[in-house]
Amino acid sequence: MRGLYAIYRKEMSHYFVSPVAYIVLCIFLILSGVFFNYILRQVIQYAFDAGMENMQMGGAGFSVDVPSMVLRGFLSILGTIVLFLTPFLAMGVFSEERRRGTMELLMTSPITDADIVLGKFLASLSLFAIMLLPTVFYVFYMFGHSDPVPPWRMIAGGYLGILLLGGMLLALGSFLSSLTENQIISGVLIFGLSLLLWLLDIFTEGGNNALAQSLQYAAVLQHYDPFVRGIIDTTGLVFFGSWIFFGIFLTMRSVESMRWRRA
Amino acid sequence: MIEVQGLTKAYGEKTAVNNISFSVNKGEILGFLGPNGAGKTTTMRVLTGYLPATQGTAKIAGFDVFDDSMEVRRRIGYLPENPPLYLDMTVANYLDFVARIKNVPAEKRAQRVEAATEMAKIADKRGELIKRLSRGYRQRVGLAQAIVHDPDVIILDEPTVGLDPKQIIEVRHLIKSLAGSHTIILSTHILPEVSMTCDRVIIINNGKIVAVDTPENLTLQLKGGERIRVEAQAPEQALRDTLQKIPGAQKVQVDSVGSGGRMTAVVEARQGQDLRSQIAAKIVGQGWPLFELRGENLSLEEIFLQLTTEDPAQKKAEETK
Repeated sequence: MRGLYAIYRKEMSHYFVSPVAYIVLCIFLILSGVFFNYILRQVIQYAFDAGMENMQMGGAGFSVDVPSMVLRGFLSILGTIVLFLTPFLAMGVFSEERRRGTMELLMTSPITDADIVLGKFLASLSLFAIMLLPTVFYVFYMFGHSDPVPPWRMIAGGYLGILLLGGMLLALGSFLSSLTENQIISGVLIFGLSLLLWLLDIFTEGGNNALAQSLQYAAVLQHYDPFVRGIIDTTGLVFFGSWIFFGIFLTMRSVESMRWRRA
Repeated sequence: MIEVQGLTKAYGEKTAVNNISFSVNKGEILGFLGPNGAGKTTTMRVLTGYLPATQGTAKIAGFDVFDDSMEVRRRIGYLPENPPLYLDMTVANYLDFVARIKNVPAEKRAQRVEAATEMAKIADKRGELIKRLSRGYRQRVGLAQAIVHDPDVIILDEPTVGLDPKQIIEVRHLIKSLAGSHTIILSTHILPEVSMTCDRVIIINNGKIVAVDTPENLTLQLKGGERIRVEAQAPEQALRDTLQKIPGAQKVQVDSVGSGGRMTAVVEARQGQDLRSQIAAKIVGQGWPLFELRGENLSLEEIFLQLTTEDPAQKKAEETK
């Protein structure tokens, strides 16, 4: 446990001096800000038009649930951004240690492989959460300026879903990162995986045959969608949970095998 | 303190370390000497628990390096060939991190980091980022990392590589000062290093132990007095023939020195034989003036070369067998 904390602490302090983390955080902020602004404008415009149309038809005004629509659009787009930015957070996790030879220090210290793998995973997940933090501010901003206020369930579900999605990418990413000393290679591998998951989502949309349906099960954003709607169902929890578990398991095996592989 | 029995490590087809056994007593400094690729690093990695052995056992303080890896890891400090440094940390933060993963209790940590930096003579660099340090300082940070938890056994893989002569001397002093309370294994391919720092030397080549002894014994016992230098005035060919006829003379090399027919000859004898009196008798018997006759000690360097350089002719003979 002490070993795990030492690794976690080291990783966190590493993130805050590493340009990669700052650049990823910065790009994430820009993208999420731009999309939030865009979605907000679109939804308000839509609500305004709908209201006008309704009044022209002689109705007594028409109310569109703007906060929910904005939130849903925003959280969905966050999922896609996360899919494309997380690889850059995960790519150096083990590659860098292997290249620098510091893996040898960790593996000859009285800490377990699990300490190393979990410490690193939790640290990357924490950084991921820190990356999301500023977007929470947008949501709180909406609280102050909208009526009705945005639904709590949707916010909680959305952020839980995004954390799970990130955790899955980080766990699988740390495995891919442990396979090579080269950060570029691991980055490309993880990015490729993200891209594949994203494409699965697009290809299987609306397909009704058996293949499309089984592929649909692997499409991450499909599992992320219910969370965004505020529905926390077990299918999603099990789906993300087992991917995270699987990724960590593979990473542990991979770290263990370094002792046998190294020539 | 360290017991190695029949240790073998193979990477696929290639055997890096082949059935070696040795032991190191508490407080001793043992030097691993061998050319690059001899198996020094592999042996050290097995001892630290980084690599599992293919065959054989290694024990540190009574704990098997594989079965009780954690107990062993608690007791060793290890400096790999390339110091395992996090370049974007400061020296103090880095050593604090190492102290944490080496289980140094919280209340002792600051004190141990300070002691290690003092010993490695990097106390004035504590606040600096490691990436701003020169090669020599980085090596010393690596050394500080190996001693920060005050381990019983210190394993140093080529600790003086990349240092300038002054730093090399300082590091050797540091290593010597650690002996006694710590058991140390260090590897090197620089010979004077071994004779200066180590109590005992293991010469290793192609994964096998070629010789184990104290540096003095290696120099004196093994070959001492068995190489004789002769200076005499004599015809070259006749001198060579005469010397070669002496029973026990293995290798004779004759060179002329200046003019006037003076020759120097170097005679190498089989181990344990002193041919000086016979050589003197023969030369004087021929009526040649004898100017000098003395036994020469082989330097450790020469022993090393002799022990580790394979005779191509012999190797060929073995292959055709």
